[in-house]
Amino acid sequence: MKNIIIIIAVILLGLTSNTFAQPGKTKADFTLPAGFKYSVIGKSLNRARHIVVNSNGDVYVKLARPRGGKGIIRLQDKNKDGIVDDTTGFGDYGGTGITIKNGYLYASSNTTVYRYKINNNEPDTAHPQIIVSGLIDAGTHNTKSLVLDNAGNIYVTIGAPSNICQAEDRKTGAPGQDPCPLLEKTGGIWQFKADKENQTYSDGVRYATGIRNTVGLDWNTSTNTLFAMQHGRDGLQDYHFFPDSVSVELPAEEMLEVKKPGDNFGWPYCFYNQLAGKKMVNPEYGGDGKATGRCEGVAAPAAAYPGHMAPNGLLFYTGNQFPAKYKNGAFIAFHGSWNRAPLTQKGFFVAFQPFRDGKPSGAYEVFASGFAGKDNITAPGQAMYRPCGLAQGPDGSLYVTDDAKGNVWRINFTGNKKG
Amino acid sequence: MKIVLVSLLLTLLGSSLIAQTKTTVKRPAVKSSSNSTSLRASLTRGKTVYAANCLACHQADGSGVPNLNPPLIQTSWVLGSKVVLVNQVLNGSKGKVEIDGDRFENAMPPQAHLSDQQIADVLTYVRNSFGNKAAVVTAMEVKSARAKRK
Repeated sequence: MKNIIIIIAVILLGLTSNTFAQPGKTKADFTLPAGFKYSVIGKSLNRARHIVVNSNGDVYVKLARPRGGKGIIRLQDKNKDGIVDDTTGFGDYGGTGITIKNGYLYASSNTTVYRYKINNNEPDTAHPQIIVSGLIDAGTHNTKSLVLDNAGNIYVTIGAPSNICQAEDRKTGAPGQDPCPLLEKTGGIWQFKADKENQTYSDGVRYATGIRNTVGLDWNTSTNTLFAMQHGRDGLQDYHFFPDSVSVELPAEEMLEVKKPGDNFGWPYCFYNQLAGKKMVNPEYGGDGKATGRCEGVAAPAAAYPGHMAPNGLLFYTGNQFPAKYKNGAFIAFHGSWNRAPLTQKGFFVAFQPFRDGKPSGAYEVFASGFAGKDNITAPGQAMYRPCGLAQGPDGSLYVTDDAKGNVWRINFTGNKKG
Repeated sequence: MKIVLVSLLLTLLGSSLIAQTKTTVKRPAVKSSSNSTSLRASLTRGKTVYAANCLACHQADGSGVPNLNPPLIQTSWVLGSKVVLVNQVLNGSKGKVEIDGDRFENAMPPQAHLSDQQIADVLTYVRNSFGNKAAVVTAMEVKSARAKRK
């Protein structure tokens, strides 16, 4: 039923939206709601991950791997004509996290959080400070996303280097380790002091745990809480608890709200079945697709999305450029799935989650789609672009990165707000 | 000068033709009708094994998942040593695998539960699908690799 509503919503959205063809640029024409338009501001930067825009409009993009020795790319529009006219870079490390707060630019490799003082809109790239180092990078789920609150703390995601904490990772039927030893130093979000150098695990607080992996996170300034998008587990469908058409939607990708330090969201013992609205026991821990057992009382997500779509970017929109309904709602960049066989892959779009009084309100809407370049792809490698990072410009524009080719787009509202 | 170029071109063309002929002859599919039938049967069985054990991660078109699961299209692992490939299937990997300059993070569970024939079939299928063309893998070769592994 929920799916039907979503399908109808998508069709309605399609009827009322405009498709903006980008002349001679690419095959991918993005579909946006009426009144919005996009422009390409960065092309082929390589794997563009998270992004931040400084108060003067300069755009900073974190690359997964350095390009020409530069892991942070700056896009500038010096003559303010709306077109990027200078592309420079610094930071010789790859990574995902990047943000700006209180006059500093923070960026992360897969082990370390750096910051650069910004003087007159120029980051002091010659003197990076190491804020946190020694964080675990064991390959899987090794990216470290960053966000700051308004009280001098920085939050760093540390994903679990595992699918579901089995002793034999990704072996269908192999039991899960209980308790899961990975939770001690991974599988959560850590809080550090934003202005203290050379911190490591012992200086941090495990602020949220039981989270398999988070790439997209943001601080919600209206609720004053941390929100994080969990990537749900893979391979639940291999246990054949449900027909394929149901199985590929499970478990949910979860929007988590951390309400207090130490909140536990249940990984690896529990998965969230959004169709039943319950946290259930994973089969590696004795679950049968129905049992809720030890997962009763585990914090439920604030909102849930179809499985495997990989929410890599989260942004609470606080600008005034877009129509009023977007204010304090959440944009989510879904990177797109790979674990939905035998059905086609899903995601590869930017969604909007309406909020009301600090809580998700109603179903999500597909906001920007068409990144894959074609419908019904069977493998993520067939996608032309894959949305990853989101940022808001000082004028309320929305920025989106792609880590397949490394494009960056700016989305503006030019329609009639009253219309 | 022109003559040199033309003769060079002819030589190249000739050698590429010879190479092509050689490749064609090498193809097991045209060796003999019985081999061709057995190759077709192996490919059919291999496709089934692939769908049940490999496809979820390596994808229907063998393209893998960028940064996570390696592609099986024209890579040095797929087209290279059969022993290395058989051992990869038998032993799996703990992730962080580097293939042709790209890194892939996800672990691959061992597939030693598959029979020698199933592994031979699936590797023959992979080595002759997705644009790949490489020699068949036989159950005997898998058996030998499995024995050495113990």
